Amino acid sequence: MTQISMTVNGKAVSANVEDRTLLVTFIREHLGLTGTHVGCETSQCGACTVHVDGAAMKSCSMLALMAEGASITTIEGLAPGDDQLHPVQEAFREHHGLQCGFCTPGMIMAATDMIRRYEGKLDEDTIREQLEGNLCRCTGYHNIVKAIAAASETMAASGASDPTSA
Amino acid sequence: MYDVSYHRARTVPDALETRSQGDDPTYVAGGQTLIPTMKARLAAPSELIDVSKIEDLIGVCEEGSQVIVGASTTHAAVNSSELLSRRIPSLSALAGQIGDPMVRHRGTMGGSVANNDPSADYPAAVMALGATVRTDRREISADEFFVDLFETALEEDELITAIAYPVPKRATYAKFPNPASRYAMVGVMVAELEDGLVRVAVTGAGSSGVFRWTDAETALSETMDASALKELSVDADDMLEDLHGSADYRAHLVAVMTRRALQSLLAG
Repeated sequence: MTQISMTVNGKAVSANVEDRTLLVTFIREHLGLTGTHVGCETSQCGACTVHVDGAAMKSCSMLALMAEGASITTIEGLAPGDDQLHPVQEAFREHHGLQCGFCTPGMIMAATDMIRRYEGKLDEDTIREQLEGNLCRCTGYHNIVKAIAAASETMAASGASDPTSA
Repeated sequence: MYDVSYHRARTVPDALETRSQGDDPTYVAGGQTLIPTMKARLAAPSELIDVSKIEDLIGVCEEGSQVIVGASTTHAAVNSSELLSRRIPSLSALAGQIGDPMVRHRGTMGGSVANNDPSADYPAAVMALGATVRTDRREISADEFFVDLFETALEEDELITAIAYPVPKRATYAKFPNPASRYAMVGVMVAELEDGLVRVAVTGAGSSGVFRWTDAETALSETMDASALKELSVDADDMLEDLHGSADYRAHLVAVMTRRALQSLLAG
């Protein structure tokens, strides 16, 4: 067992974990933040996507210890408050960007990351190419792409250039 | 995943020292291949020595007529490097085609090159640009580095520290990605080096991993034009064959992708 400390959704956390503990296991089972999903377990589906020091990563493909000292944002930490959605979450609701919802946390974490990197300048082709690492078996992606494009525009217009800073 | 103990190395000597004390240790950087492999219990090192945070191994800099990329530089950092996009744009563009954004945020150049996956993208660039692999103890030329599938000239505990790329006159990479995995079914880099020589390196296709298509190199060194490639083909007996494509298909794709790489090279 090794002592681990990091910041998750703005809160300092620490625990004793086995070295082989995956980051996603730490997030879900030690911290009880079950919004981050485990889909394929083979690092293809992207349902486990979280932000590590501001960049989207697959939390099933890294050890918790690799994130020692890092700042993590999960889907639970994205909205500014309990009664308010993040603009990307709002856009997914508005544009019906989900059906079963399993891939949605990963989709939204990947979407906020790409909006940050492209500073809101996203066209449809770029969004589709950037979603390469996130699988959805329900929607056929059309409404997800629409939702991301809309959120990107809204956020660029409101000057929310860094959606992960919250 | 089997039990493993994890060590984060601060420096190269620290990594080597920790490794020398391990039972069955291995280096890890981004872990985008190794961690999934360990989860599938296809690899079971007893110690992981994380070299991804060693500052000396991170970053891109210029050294005379070469660009040096630290081994622990991520694909995302290579892709967004201003220096590389100016000096070797084919390399930064190649990095943007690896895996997906999340994989590119973690995966590193050194990790990919050390793993020598026959379908990885970087080996084509290392080979075509005639790069040199720098390790904790020596320098290895690209032609000597890649030995066979998942096999390199690295010694058991040898650690890649950087890769030095001579800046070419021009180069382009053309990739036919596997539609599911995004690994290269065939990826070809055509490079015209500073001394006028043309190098053509092919990844994804060869049954021994990355290889130089020397017939194409000779033809293009004489005539830098698509007509030079017309009568050329690679032998299907030397190609990989798996559920994604037959050897004949891959041999055909090698010629197609070489032509495409050349076309975009000539189009500037």
